[in-house]
Amino acid sequence: MAGRRLAVRLAGLGLAVAVVALLPRLISEYRAFQLTYVGIYFIAILGLNILTGYSGQISLGHGAFMALGAYTTAVLTFHAGWRDLWTIPVAGLVAGAAGFLFGFPALRFSGVYLALATFAVAVATPSVLKRFPGLTGGSGGLVLDLPVAPFGLPLSPSDWLYYLTWAIALVLLTAAWLLLRGRVGRAFRAIRSSEVAAVSSGVNLAAYKTFAFGVSAAYAGVAGSLLAIAIAFVNPDTFPVSLSILILTGAVVGGLGALVGVAIGALFIEFLPIYAADVSNQAPAVIYGVVLIAVMFLLPTGAAGLLRRLLFPVTRRL
Amino acid sequence: MADFLQQVVSGLATGSIYASLALALVLIHRSTQVINFAQGEMATFTTYIAWTLVDRGASYWLAFALTLVAAFVGGVALERVIIRPVERASILTIVMVTIGLLVALNGAMGWIWSPELKSFPSPFPNRGVDVGGVTISLQDVGVLGVTVVVVALLYVFFRYTKLGLAMRAAAVAPDASRLAGVRVSWMLALGWGLAAVLGAVSGMMVAPSVFLEPNMMQVVVIYAFAAAVLGGINSPVGAIVGGLAIGVTINLIGTYADFLGPELNLPVALLILLAVLLVRPSGLFDRVVVQRV
Amino acid sequence: MALLELRDVHARYGQITALRGISLAVEEGQVVAILGANGAGKTTTLRAVSGTVRRSGQILFGGRSIGRRGPEDVARLGIAHVPEGRGTFAELSVWDNLRMGAYIRRDRGVKDDFQRMLTYFPWLEERRDQDAGTLSGGEQQMLALARALVARPKLLLLDEPSLGLAPLVVREFFGIVRTLNEEEGLTVLVVEQNATIALAAAQQAYVLEVGEVAVAGTSDELAANESVRRSYLGY
Repeated sequence: MAGRRLAVRLAGLGLAVAVVALLPRLISEYRAFQLTYVGIYFIAILGLNILTGYSGQISLGHGAFMALGAYTTAVLTFHAGWRDLWTIPVAGLVAGAAGFLFGFPALRFSGVYLALATFAVAVATPSVLKRFPGLTGGSGGLVLDLPVAPFGLPLSPSDWLYYLTWAIALVLLTAAWLLLRGRVGRAFRAIRSSEVAAVSSGVNLAAYKTFAFGVSAAYAGVAGSLLAIAIAFVNPDTFPVSLSILILTGAVVGGLGALVGVAIGALFIEFLPIYAADVSNQAPAVIYGVVLIAVMFLLPTGAAGLLRRLLFPVTRRL
Repeated sequence: MADFLQQVVSGLATGSIYASLALALVLIHRSTQVINFAQGEMATFTTYIAWTLVDRGASYWLAFALTLVAAFVGGVALERVIIRPVERASILTIVMVTIGLLVALNGAMGWIWSPELKSFPSPFPNRGVDVGGVTISLQDVGVLGVTVVVVALLYVFFRYTKLGLAMRAAAVAPDASRLAGVRVSWMLALGWGLAAVLGAVSGMMVAPSVFLEPNMMQVVVIYAFAAAVLGGINSPVGAIVGGLAIGVTINLIGTYADFLGPELNLPVALLILLAVLLVRPSGLFDRVVVQRV
Repeated sequence: MALLELRDVHARYGQITALRGISLAVEEGQVVAILGANGAGKTTTLRAVSGTVRRSGQILFGGRSIGRRGPEDVARLGIAHVPEGRGTFAELSVWDNLRMGAYIRRDRGVKDDFQRMLTYFPWLEERRDQDAGTLSGGEQQMLALARALVARPKLLLLDEPSLGLAPLVVREFFGIVRTLNEEEGLTVLVVEQNATIALAAAQQAYVLEVGEVAVAGTSDELAANESVRRSYLGY
């Protein structure tokens, strides 16, 4: 039974990979760029899902970790002349370390207080970034070079970005999947449902929770780094609190605690503004808000939950 | 010295704005255990309503009063429609719902009133008064005065009226309250209504000095969170003391430690918030024990 | 017509059935006791009456069916339930606790009733502003009783009032209940583990076992009953 489920999942994944790989051939460059954004959101949402969906720690501040990753990339390329590609893992590490360190004091906050603390961090981030213009370029921000495919590969910058982002997304997805199906995933789920019970079963709460924060922040850092490379520019206003809320919306709509909906969540937050903007400039935010509330009412398990309900009858027949 | 006193009074005035909003947060948390992330946007929204009334020709105080009524009704309605269905759900769900409310309200404000900065009138004259050698701004005195009156009225309400008593009882012991005949659910809705009123006061007091725009309260709400947590998330007295303390502290830091720069006011408040959460999560005045595993 | 009547009442907590068809009646002016071992369903019976547990079956109060009503409505109809653990508003002052008792009352006699409570429990006056949670167990029990009485209920439900109290205090408590019953005709349904004191105060009693009524009768009959004496009275 489990073998069949696995087979279906791998088949689905294979199909998705094929689609992603072929798409740029079929669509305009503009669309491909949008899908690159989807990939970036995908990675960020994946990270947030690990933290909030799996280990149950609410974070309203993932935009801050993205900012950290983005600025790491920007600073390294701008001040130290690094090649943008190599800054990505560094960005991930820096953000991951920050997340891990934040995880320690975060242990003392329960549920809502953590949401509060991370919310405050998200709101304060642009201010802090503006304070150190020598390093961060202040309000003006920093400019990066346009992304160019390495080793002389015959790819346009847009295509290169697209494949880079999605390749990293695939790697990180696989890593997350492997992480979550094993002991770590079980520990996370135990923590999410009841910390008291988890501890009495011998789970080292502190270790797993800080680990979750670190991994989650690392993912956000990578996403931020890719964002910086994609826009070739960073400034404090790229990372307002609404970015953190956006990622959270994507995670919720996709389905917390499940990997299968992450792509849907990412697609949702990228394309909704475009269609909603037909109504008015400000409508997207209202719609986000309403959708978020509606999802919590009607479909708390998000798209992933819906998919599971639809797919389960199918897989049983196989 | 005179300068110092001036800054203290000024800090008390801004602090009273934080205290008002912090009190709203505490009110809601005490009764429903919810931290209402949308409190700031609710306050801004009601301030926009006031602005519209004034724009259409209403006198300031009439607009003020009508706005408070509208805020109350709106707060009650929000609790009934949006919070009640998820009352018993997980913390995560409820946090998400208030976040959704935050986003929706923020967008709605931009949609209805456009994101352009608007100026908001102040009912207090824009001059200073000399008190024993210290120049005190009438604006500051006015803000402080309004907040004191509103808080005093609320105090009287909670302490001496039957309804206020029932709300207090419902917040601390909902089951026992039901046995006494209290419709606990409605008490929660009333709590939201009153919190919205406090938010409206806060918004209308702060709007004259910063410009009215959809994100106006986002920073204030962080200060208010810090104040509420500092004072103890279930303690009304704590919220007030916390708000005033933070107002004065930020003001003094801004005046005497300007190497930090104005951009760091918020991160400083944030640090206070984080520090309090770390060292004494129940705040200065609260008795609640935090679960530690 | 009995003031309170239960007919074939069932109640469950999730999967566990606590009451399997309880039938009992309380006449006006009576003190009725419900006895039984732990887990027999005594507390659940009171909860069924006050609407704080999901129940099915008929519950009639003054002829009216209240089986579908929630606790707020039941309280307003004149039933005061003093739950297990007293249900004190620990964070409110003693005086506020009393005021809560009068919440449902709209008439002007409330002040007189407060005075009456002070005659029964004179120490309430000096502790007015004290947090109710800082009172001793016995005092809290008395406060809970005072609070219930201020509501001028037609029926008083008492859940294990003797729990955790010293014998002297228990006797004082039941003495007050008896006085109220004799002088003011207060109808009381009391759940008790302490069968001796309960039978002394009550006219009628029911013994519950595993969610059903096992024995019923006047308190004299039950006190004389061999098996009841052995199991619940200890001799």
